[in-house]
Amino acid sequence: MADLNDQAIFEKVRSIIVEQLGVEENAVALETSFEAMNADSLDIVELIMALEETFGIEIPDEAAEKLLTVGTAVEYIKANS
Amino acid sequence: MFLENRVALVTGASQGIGRAIALAVAKNGAAVAVNHYPGQSDQADLVVEQIAMAGGRAFPVAADVSKRPEVEEMVDSVVKRFGSLDILINNAGITRDQLLLRMKDQDWDAVLATNLNSVFYCTRAALKWMLKSRFGRVVSLASVVGVIGNAGQANYGASKAGIIGFTKCVAREVASRGINVNAVAPGYIRTEMTDRISPQAQDELQGTIPLGRIGTPEDVAGAVVFLVSPAADYITGQVLNVDGGMAM
Repeated sequence: MADLNDQAIFEKVRSIIVEQLGVEENAVALETSFEAMNADSLDIVELIMALEETFGIEIPDEAAEKLLTVGTAVEYIKANS
Repeated sequence: MFLENRVALVTGASQGIGRAIALAVAKNGAAVAVNHYPGQSDQADLVVEQIAMAGGRAFPVAADVSKRPEVEEMVDSVVKRFGSLDILINNAGITRDQLLLRMKDQDWDAVLATNLNSVFYCTRAALKWMLKSRFGRVVSLASVVGVIGNAGQANYGASKAGIIGFTKCVAREVASRGINVNAVAPGYIRTEMTDRISPQAQDELQGTIPLGRIGTPEDVAGAVVFLVSPAADYITGQVLNVDGGMAM
């Protein structure tokens, strides 16, 4: 997955969020927070697991806690895949 | 049939209460994965055969449910075979009875591993699929011993009381996702497990049952089927005692 550029990662993350949280695609931007999308703690866990599966990475709990926006998730995936 | 198109996994389903549950769930239309201990497939094959002869769908799946990797492989194989996993019945259990002062570490560890760790491993693995489909029914077999206690069964009672606490916590975690998590607490049920109790102790036990008879595996299976049926859609985090009134 190292060849994915920022835009490609963002699009994949966005499609996972749309699927998981049932939000509209145009409501998901880099600066959007998961809280603003009404994600509860179980949504976040499911989202993290979906990201791990999709990008073949492991996101430890300490890191997951810091992924508060779509952008921080994209950054994390870029740095760790 | 109200369980048509549902896929169920029953642990420890080759004999006793698990066997009765597998048959009852299949009878109501569910496809059933009949879990059994590795190397003991004969009885599980018979259960599968019996389900098939009655027009149901079933297949045997070997796994030591006290071992996480085996559980994960089992759950994956069920999903691969039947396309989903909607109903999990945590039934597998053992006893190693001994008064506490004489209880060995191995007796404690083995019972906790098979009876309680298995519930953790199986439920965690199954919930992954259930969360995706936004539907699930988990029923774990507790025991009257976990509710009112029984001399000589500190390990067993602890594992069964543990299942009750686990059930209530997980029920709260996943309630918003259409997943109901409940427990059934059988009393004194006639099975291979209780046949090992001495005749004298059996008589004494029977005297403590308000309904005046020893239960059957089918008595328990009926309660489990109820909890996975649409009639119980509004029930979660509960312990249903099926014990002839032993615990009130």
